[in-house]
Amino acid sequence: MAWNDTVKKKPKDTRGTLVKLFSYMGKYKFAFIGIIALSLVSNVLGLLGPSYAGAAINEAAAGIGMVDFSRVMYYAYRMLAVYVLSSALAIVISVMMTRVSRRISENMRQDVFEKLLRMPVGFFDRNQAGDIISRVSYDIDVIGTCIATDATQILTSIVTVVGSLVMMVVISPLLSLTALITIPIAIGYTVWMKKITQPLYSKRSKAYGKLNGFVEEMFSGQKTIQAYAYEEKVEDRFDKINYDAADIYREAEHHGCTIGPTVNVVNNLGLALVAIFGAFLYMYKAIELGQISAFVLYSRKFSGPINEIANIMNEIYSALSAAERVFELLASEEEVADTEGAIELENAHGDVEMKNVSFGYLPDKTILHNLSLKADAGKLIAIVGPTGAGKTTIINLLMRFYDVDSGAVLVDEKDVRDYRRRSLRGAYAMVLQDTWVFNGTIFDNIAYGKENATREEVISVAKAAHIHSFIMRLPQGYDTIISEDGGNISKGQKQLLTIARAMLYDSRILILDEATSNVDTNTERRIQKAMRELMKDKTCFVIAHRLSTIKGADRILVANHGDVIEQGTHEQLMENKGFYYSLYRAQFE
Amino acid sequence: MRFIFSHMKKYRGRIVVQLIIKFIGTTAEFMIPYVLEYMLDVVAPAEGNNIVRMIICGLLMIGIAVFVRAMNIIANRKAVRIASECIYNIRDELFRKTMDLSGSQVDKYGLPSLTSRMTSDSYNVQNFMRMIQTMGVRAPILLIGGMAVTMIMDFGLAMVLFILVPLIIASVIIISKKGIPLYEKVQQKMDTIVRIMRENITGIRVVKALSKENYETARYKNANEEMFNSDTTASVVMSLPGPIMTLIMNIGLTVVVVLGAYRVNGGITQPGVILAFLTYFNMILMGVNGINRIFIMTSKANASAGRIASVIEEGEDLVTVYGDDGANKKKPYIAFEKVNFRYVKQGDEADDYELTDIDFSLEKGTSLGIIGATGSGKTTIINLLMRFYDATEGKVIVDGKDVKEYKLTELRKKFGVVFQNDIIFADTLQENIAFGRDVDEKRAMEAVTEARAADFVNEYEDGLEHKADIHGANMSGGQKQRILIARALAAKPEILVLDDSSSALDYKTDALLRQMIREHYNNTSTIIIAQRISSIMNLDNIIVMDDGKIVGQGKHEELMKNCPQYKDIYDIQMN
Repeated sequence: MAWNDTVKKKPKDTRGTLVKLFSYMGKYKFAFIGIIALSLVSNVLGLLGPSYAGAAINEAAAGIGMVDFSRVMYYAYRMLAVYVLSSALAIVISVMMTRVSRRISENMRQDVFEKLLRMPVGFFDRNQAGDIISRVSYDIDVIGTCIATDATQILTSIVTVVGSLVMMVVISPLLSLTALITIPIAIGYTVWMKKITQPLYSKRSKAYGKLNGFVEEMFSGQKTIQAYAYEEKVEDRFDKINYDAADIYREAEHHGCTIGPTVNVVNNLGLALVAIFGAFLYMYKAIELGQISAFVLYSRKFSGPINEIANIMNEIYSALSAAERVFELLASEEEVADTEGAIELENAHGDVEMKNVSFGYLPDKTILHNLSLKADAGKLIAIVGPTGAGKTTIINLLMRFYDVDSGAVLVDEKDVRDYRRRSLRGAYAMVLQDTWVFNGTIFDNIAYGKENATREEVISVAKAAHIHSFIMRLPQGYDTIISEDGGNISKGQKQLLTIARAMLYDSRILILDEATSNVDTNTERRIQKAMRELMKDKTCFVIAHRLSTIKGADRILVANHGDVIEQGTHEQLMENKGFYYSLYRAQFE
Repeated sequence: MRFIFSHMKKYRGRIVVQLIIKFIGTTAEFMIPYVLEYMLDVVAPAEGNNIVRMIICGLLMIGIAVFVRAMNIIANRKAVRIASECIYNIRDELFRKTMDLSGSQVDKYGLPSLTSRMTSDSYNVQNFMRMIQTMGVRAPILLIGGMAVTMIMDFGLAMVLFILVPLIIASVIIISKKGIPLYEKVQQKMDTIVRIMRENITGIRVVKALSKENYETARYKNANEEMFNSDTTASVVMSLPGPIMTLIMNIGLTVVVVLGAYRVNGGITQPGVILAFLTYFNMILMGVNGINRIFIMTSKANASAGRIASVIEEGEDLVTVYGDDGANKKKPYIAFEKVNFRYVKQGDEADDYELTDIDFSLEKGTSLGIIGATGSGKTTIINLLMRFYDATEGKVIVDGKDVKEYKLTELRKKFGVVFQNDIIFADTLQENIAFGRDVDEKRAMEAVTEARAADFVNEYEDGLEHKADIHGANMSGGQKQRILIARALAAKPEILVLDDSSSALDYKTDALLRQMIREHYNNTSTIIIAQRISSIMNLDNIIVMDDGKIVGQGKHEELMKNCPQYKDIYDIQMN
């Protein structure tokens, strides 16, 4: 599935990705500098160890009965000291590198999350949760691992590579010319492979996103699938997605795994050239034999790390495409920012008006046509109508989850777009048909809308919502952990929890969208009083099918096909004997 | 590990071939330095014009290198292919198993955890399977080869290794024993992160409406920080063996030098041997380091493999028990006989009964309504009837037979059902309705019409081929419910179960729907769970539930007389 959003399809921009990646790393530049400095030291130690060893062996080579053990031990102690120090350094470097790379992953995860919270609601209607999550779990993990292991590898070998190169040039500038042949080949091949593999790695990340999305969708519908014995069909579809994921992995690695061996060949080609060219120079007395040996020694030291890096090049490429996916998400369009000079909506009075509003989720499909309605502060407005009449859409506009195509929504006689979004939403409380609880204690779930709510407050609203006795029957009472998908709480109970939550939340405007549709009648009657209390002095928008619950509304709007076709009080509408009348009668048929 | 290897076993032939190729390639690679040395030590210093010999040697070197490349690439590709086929199989098996899990088994793991087992855990295992094959050859060759050569050169000095190697192995084992549980913890923390993210995605409207962005950010930050901590701890612990092994080896080297000095002094060892030991110890060290990397990967993969295996190895929860006789025709069509039930959760057994003493029966072709307070156990009855859970005590009968005696698919084939939180899949409406059954377009349209969804379906230009968004996000609640009802009706079920499936429908549509069921499905036994009394009051039999018990049973008129709870509901709803 394509990333369904407003991101424009742009050509792969590796440089941009790298720049962004480096900006994440830049935050820890001192740590990186420290790591580089330490690896410099550890490189030096790495050279010192063998030289002490060599010196010790030289002492030992004195011959039978001639060895000066105090000299041997002198070097042996130095060897020990160097080795202990370099191991300690290695540990320090790896701890630092681990911490930095995990921090970077953490920051990315945090940024993605905060980004999500800034995205418009519609984004989540269009994208699979699983696909979004795949970016957080898989892609960021790939990047983190790459920084931790691959970057360490590169950093710690820089000194060796540069040092060896310098030594090579010092020993024989002429022989160093061979590098002019091999290095371009190695780089050329690596760059060429990048062109081939990177699109494949992107595809792989996409395939994983798709897998994640599919799996999540099917797992959440598992019961339905079992009920209809639909498993086989789902398994067939999964088979395809699974196959694609496995296959694109294979294909990407199929190409990616050639980089290491190929660079290895190039390195060996370099060595052979050095040997041949060196022998040639030797014949013309332009070089000493010892110089060739030394040169070869350093070329080996030079090519070793390069080989290692080439071997992890495919990991780096795959991390780059993972980073691209993450940055793509981070770059996608957010909720329209508050306009310049937007004001805080404080102590809202509660007048709400919709003026000639037209709106559609898709540009060519208008759902609301030129809709107008007015709700004075403290009034109870009911919206009724058959399913699909656009009731939920009205709520979406009131809360500014979406912006109108034309016309305006006004709160306290001011366009909602002139308010800061958060303060506008802060003026609303709502209870929706689709209840939502999060994994946490019942207490936390109820106290969600009000910071620092006390135990007493929570208990009192729970009592008012008639959910207290249920809660007390749970093993841990208010501290019982509930979750969205856990089977330990029914939909009706969740709805009562959200009602209690709304009661705690102090606001001027209240939206009840089928707030009690899953609550049984008895409970509903019992919470009537609390509901009335909740609605008191507030501008209320109520959507309900059970028309008896809205009979007392100050005004009833009857919606059909995106238009308000009738409005008035219950009595007026009944007298009209229009659409409302027929809806009302249907209850008793 | 056992789990991974048991899955790789199938490919052992190909793995062996792959390892042999890798082995050949790696061995050939060791020849390159010898050719080079030969060129520099023998050919180059020789008298006369030997540029031709040099070039031949050079070409030989390049030839070997090209051969090594070919071998390595072939072996790598084989390894990749094996890993991809293997992970394909594992995911396939895991998916099928997850689809078959019983209700209580799903409860045990939770949806996010099941999903991450399927995804990130599977990627870990896949990487491991590939790396173990490509790295698993070189490191042992370096290690064993290096040890062998030192032993041949000077057995006495090589004895040092016999002290070191157990030390190294012990330290690796001790550390990874600590590391593996740490990685499991990392996965758990990742689950938490994913869960919070999911919650925010599903509850985005609430989060935004209550302006809880800062709170959620803080909550997530907490989890993220915990993830950072446990991930760092695990990685740091697992990075310890490398330097420690290097240190042990280097201490060994020092010992070799000192010991060698004594031996040279005593005339047992040549100084050149000590020098050579220097080189070979380096080789052994590289091998040891390679093995250490394998270990790190192994412990990471092990945690993931364990998580996958624990799902796959779940026992079959709802086994078919074949009774002594087939359909006992004396039994009623559907019945609950003294059924008690409780959800058994991990850890706490003292859970209260969800259902107590449920006893009712239903004749074929009749209808049953279930009404009662939220949490009174209405949905649980359906869960037992369709055997998503097994009754703790008592019997559940469908079509005259204990549900335990059916194969699950056969039992469920009898049903057409809409659950309380049922879902629409991201697929065409036709597919959402046919749902893999033998339902053609004509029949699907019939069902759509019966479910009173024809008006809006016809409004789509592509009709039944219209594609629903994820979870039907492009439809309203009522539209979704009607499509779900069409799904339930489409295969003309023997038993129709509607669990609160008209809550988003207006009364008129709801009434027309029931009328249709009465007229068109008079052979179908219908069970309707509802909050609205009008949805069930005309049914043949009604059960009133309260707190997991049946408090009233009978027809509407009877209940009005002798079930106060029922009368209460009626009075409120019908004024």
